[in-house]
Amino acid sequence: MNKFNLNNSYKAVVIGGSAGSFQGVVKILSQLPKGFPLPIIMCLHRLKHVRNGFVEALSIKSIVQVTEPYDKESIKKGSVYLAPANYHMSVELGHSFALSTEEMVNNSRPAIDITLGSCAFVYKDKLIGILLSGANRDGAMGMKHIHDRGGYTIVQEPAECMIDTMPKSALAVTKIDHVLKVDQIVEFLKELDKQYR
Amino acid sequence: MFDIDIADLKRISELIYQKYNYDFRNYAMSSFKRRVLRIMELKKLSVDALLKKLSDTPGFVNEFLDELTVNVTEMFRDPSFWRVMREEIIPAIMLNHKQFKIWHAGCSSGEEVLSMCIMLKEMGILQDVTMIATDLDVNILDKAKSGVYPVKNMELNEKNYIRFQGTGSFKQYYREENGNAVFNKDLLMNVSFRRHDLVLGDIFNKFDLILCRNVMIYFNQNLQNEVLKKFHESLFKYGYLAIGSKESLIWCDYANRFIVVNNEEKIYKKIKD
Repeated sequence: MNKFNLNNSYKAVVIGGSAGSFQGVVKILSQLPKGFPLPIIMCLHRLKHVRNGFVEALSIKSIVQVTEPYDKESIKKGSVYLAPANYHMSVELGHSFALSTEEMVNNSRPAIDITLGSCAFVYKDKLIGILLSGANRDGAMGMKHIHDRGGYTIVQEPAECMIDTMPKSALAVTKIDHVLKVDQIVEFLKELDKQYR
Repeated sequence: MFDIDIADLKRISELIYQKYNYDFRNYAMSSFKRRVLRIMELKKLSVDALLKKLSDTPGFVNEFLDELTVNVTEMFRDPSFWRVMREEIIPAIMLNHKQFKIWHAGCSSGEEVLSMCIMLKEMGILQDVTMIATDLDVNILDKAKSGVYPVKNMELNEKNYIRFQGTGSFKQYYREENGNAVFNKDLLMNVSFRRHDLVLGDIFNKFDLILCRNVMIYFNQNLQNEVLKKFHESLFKYGYLAIGSKESLIWCDYANRFIVVNNEEKIYKKIKD
């Protein structure tokens, strides 16, 4: 039984979210199977000038401590990463992070399109992209890149989102493999975890 | 939408190096790729057209550099960093030196230089500090020298200044002219702006403090290592180096010649020659 048609070839999970995504992210991180085999790379819109507090708030209920990576930090399996305030976060070919202070993209820094796009380039069809609730179009092009390079795409069920612009924009520009509620995303990740046991 | 592969990016950096002696061959790939794609889209050029234009039109390289280098910065970025500068680092330097020297390496359009000058003026020591601000890009240096910025940027700058808890009013430092904020000329009186290439350039002076925040993030690890070596050489013993809040030196060979003075703000001190 493997209703999501998963296998154990995936190398990373990348999650994007903005307004209304915090609760969903907390739920996902708190129900993550222990010893989850892949890195989880998150880009969530956040206040530019508030450097502290967010990662701590996400970590309270999370199974794994969430960290904001340093520039050039290597990506480790089973770690959960969050794009730091006022930096764009990309992944490099050698599976390390690269931060940048380039122009805002979609009015955002960190921008989800940048994180998703670079992950798509590096992980190709070995990537799972998840886009949650949000009030702008950031992340839609990133999801398209993931799909175009053979990755697996999931958006949060728009009806469940506090603000559905973000998942709806992704649905409008590319093929999304599954539209799921947060609870189903948790189930999906558990199913994924089983493939590696 | 354009796309570009690694081989083409390498052809571009190789061409620029051979023909114009700018070395982007050790830049971090993800941001270098985005910058080049941005230029291709801005100028409506395919990879081949871009390569041809770079090779046939010598004047184009300056335009290219201008767009390639990241020149987005704000005054008093990370206000807590500037508070530590004012309350800990500058006073520590002044314990031993009445006059001292600061290098702003990769100063871009000069926002950080101006922040430093405003802070030093409020500390009453602006006249005692010699500053050298360098960048690769001559066009951006001209902008930095002018001290003129769009008024629309001032809202963010002023917010940062208030969080920094500056002792004056931010507005006293500039006047508005045709949508621009023109900063008082005397703020920059002790700053000399020079073109300098961190990658290919030589050591040119010794400093008590080097600021190079969010510049080395555009380099790969090898190049970061090389540049740190140059900073080490350019610092007096017990001099300070400040990098961006999410940068780290731990993987550089020269890291053991520094100690961390403030980990949150990423301020290091040279302790070994």
